Amino acid sequence: MKTKLTFAAALLAATVMGGMANAKQLVYCSEASPAGFDPSPWSGGNDFDASSRTIYSRLVEFDHGKTTISPGLAESWTVSDDGKEYTFKLRKGVKFQTTDWFTPTRDLNAEDVKFSFERQWKKESPWYSYLAGTGWEYFTGMGFPELLKEIVVVDDLTVKFVLNKPEVAFLPDLGMDFASIVSKEYADQLEKAGTLAQFSQKPVGTGPYQFVDYQVDAVIRYQAWDGYFGGRQKIDDLIFAITPDAAVRAQKLKAGECDIMSYPAPADIAGLKADTNLNVAEQEGLNVGYMAYNTTVAPFDKVEVRKALNMAVNKQAIIDAVYQGAGQVAVNPIPPTMWSYNKNIKDDAYDPEAAKKMLADAGVKDLSMKIWAMPVSRPYNPGAQRVAEMIQADYAKVGVKAEIVSYEWTEYRERGKAKDRDGAFQLGWTGDNGDPDNFLFLLGCSAIGQSNYAIWCNKEFEDLLQAGKATTDVAKRTEIYEKAQEVFKREAPWLTIAHSKVFMPMNKKVVGFAMDPLGIHRFDGVDVTE
Amino acid sequence: MFRYLLHKLALIVPTIFGISLAAFAFVRLLPGDPILAMAGERGVSPERYAELVERFGFNRPYIVQYYEYISRVLGGDFGISLSTKRPVFGEFMTLFPATLELALVAMIIAILIGIPAGIFAAVKRGSWFDQATMGVALTGYSMPIFWWGLLLIIFFSGYLGWTPVSGRIGLQFFFKPVTGFMLIDSLISGRPGAFWSAASHLILPSIVLATIPLAVIARQTRSAMLEVLGEDYVRTARAKGLSPRRVIGLHAFRNALIPVITTIGLQVGTLMAGAILTETIFSWPGIGKWMIDAIGKRDYAVVQSGLLIIALIVMAVNLVVDVLYAVINPRIRVQ
Repeated sequence: MKTKLTFAAALLAATVMGGMANAKQLVYCSEASPAGFDPSPWSGGNDFDASSRTIYSRLVEFDHGKTTISPGLAESWTVSDDGKEYTFKLRKGVKFQTTDWFTPTRDLNAEDVKFSFERQWKKESPWYSYLAGTGWEYFTGMGFPELLKEIVVVDDLTVKFVLNKPEVAFLPDLGMDFASIVSKEYADQLEKAGTLAQFSQKPVGTGPYQFVDYQVDAVIRYQAWDGYFGGRQKIDDLIFAITPDAAVRAQKLKAGECDIMSYPAPADIAGLKADTNLNVAEQEGLNVGYMAYNTTVAPFDKVEVRKALNMAVNKQAIIDAVYQGAGQVAVNPIPPTMWSYNKNIKDDAYDPEAAKKMLADAGVKDLSMKIWAMPVSRPYNPGAQRVAEMIQADYAKVGVKAEIVSYEWTEYRERGKAKDRDGAFQLGWTGDNGDPDNFLFLLGCSAIGQSNYAIWCNKEFEDLLQAGKATTDVAKRTEIYEKAQEVFKREAPWLTIAHSKVFMPMNKKVVGFAMDPLGIHRFDGVDVTE
Repeated sequence: MFRYLLHKLALIVPTIFGISLAAFAFVRLLPGDPILAMAGERGVSPERYAELVERFGFNRPYIVQYYEYISRVLGGDFGISLSTKRPVFGEFMTLFPATLELALVAMIIAILIGIPAGIFAAVKRGSWFDQATMGVALTGYSMPIFWWGLLLIIFFSGYLGWTPVSGRIGLQFFFKPVTGFMLIDSLISGRPGAFWSAASHLILPSIVLATIPLAVIARQTRSAMLEVLGEDYVRTARAKGLSPRRVIGLHAFRNALIPVITTIGLQVGTLMAGAILTETIFSWPGIGKWMIDAIGKRDYAVVQSGLLIIALIVMAVNLVVDVLYAVINPRIRVQ
């Protein structure tokens, strides 16, 4: 008996000690330093990875690897008939993280929700300007200041959003990073102490991991939050090793210095795939790379000319050469992974002879034009200069002379917006919330001078766009957007170039990592096996 | 001596103003707009844009902006970063020890190898050693840092597995920085293996950063030695029958050292420039990478103040070198 007890005690001790020694660790080689840990003021994917998706949670959450939403901090909600009132019932007993710098005395309540939005909205709040020059870009960019009428605390666990007009994408919007819920109690404490800036440096949330430490430009450390309402994570220590150079990230992954990495360079992918210790996950990106004609300037104001130019370009060759196969020819302005994607639409076939004839029929002779090439590599277009050169060569075959122009990145976009812009303009878009409107609005009449680089205002398309926003019925909206894509293809304001693939190389021991169509890197539900 | 120092200090004041003006103008001459860069691809509405321009004061005349900037700097306020919203000086002080540590180790490597190599090359002038050393020095001087760093990583870390790929210390070591110098902090932490981890992380980046200064120092030492070795007093020393070691080590080297020290002082600027690329490759959290990020984001506050602070440091080092120069060479003091 005694021996048995000793043995049991030894076993217990071994388990406890073993558990301590084997704290599960996951190292993620990330691409850039976060500007801060408040999820709302910044707009970079790396900022979100480091704050909103690790430390915080939202009323609704995007499903892992999908663009559909599920309950998050809100366990249920109701929408009024006129679509202007959303009432959320909050989950009971949600705990804010207990850290060295904050010990919560209460659970999440409706005041926290109200505060999380009003600090980005009400200019009289000291929190509106607690970071010098914060523009709350996402909150304003998604149109929330005009959309929100008021946020009402109904009771401790019920909160009501009253809108000025119906907004179909309101729920997915609430799943976005800027809509993360922060602690009012923590904010009040800091306000009393006069140390507001600490809010973005020592964050407190309700998410799966809690913040431990940040060594600027080097390492971010998190640990699993024991009180997470979704259950404690299997990873004990989550570490972001900030490694700006893609080639170096790949070397670190191969050397075992990290377990998973973001954004490999296209040239490294083959080598990473060949490594037997690694898996390379891939997914169609929720994006589109395009080239917008200026539809208000002759001869691009003619549909036949735009169609002919589209038919002159060999898009598959561009996918093979520039995207190195990591992409697919784009037919529609929304990617195929998006709901309401119209599969029946046929792309303008690559046919230089027919294109030549169409141009001649339209009375276009000796056309010379500009092709704009972005100065930077983007997920939706890894090499705009090279793409421009290939289009230039294709155009030459149909007798169109093209000159390639490029400017510094911010200036590029500014000049592209000019209503009298000369030539076709390359750019692209990556989705924010998985709603088709989040892509199609780029071509709306009100987006001229902002994101509508085709300067295209088509009544039929615009009416469909507005109709799609006026109903929440997904079947009805699908029908509307399918129609809108037909109009788009018929009118050809863009040359749709490609939807690119996104890669995520990781060590084989990493399990449960789902690639996110919205380009976010989430580590909840991830585990490592030994 | 005092007057000499005063004279040097008097020269620094207009230099600082010149640099502050150049730094101020430099960021504004770059194409690109800080507010649009901040807003990203999502863009910003014209009203919002106007509001932010107003808030940052970018719509005021340049002369007013400069005046406000320089008066704040004179009051010790270097401004707030546009992107992180943290004080520029605070960010600088957090990151600077990492750069300083890397630069010091690189400089020590450059001096310890560069000076002896230069002396031997001069003494054995025309030998295979001389030719090989100068050939290697020329190659080192022309080495593109980015490519060189990546090559070393792929070979030593990837292929041989001898050194870590990047970072400052193994991730298993986690302690609060005390001095900011990882070699010292790792010793203070008392964690077994921490110091070696920090040291091994320093090897490749310091070699990469040392490459150019090493080449310059070796070449400068060689030519200074050659000049001195041809002097009459060296011939006299030899004629007196002194051992070659004494002639070279004492009579020749001490005099050859003067231009070499000037060169070393000037290499501080080269190290700062080299740190930008070296830190980016090796994910080294120092001010080089910080500056590059700031330029990319058109973070006016960080670029203009960061440049100014770096310039101040380079000037301070050169002042020290000048003083050292006067200590070694009494003729300077008299002039």
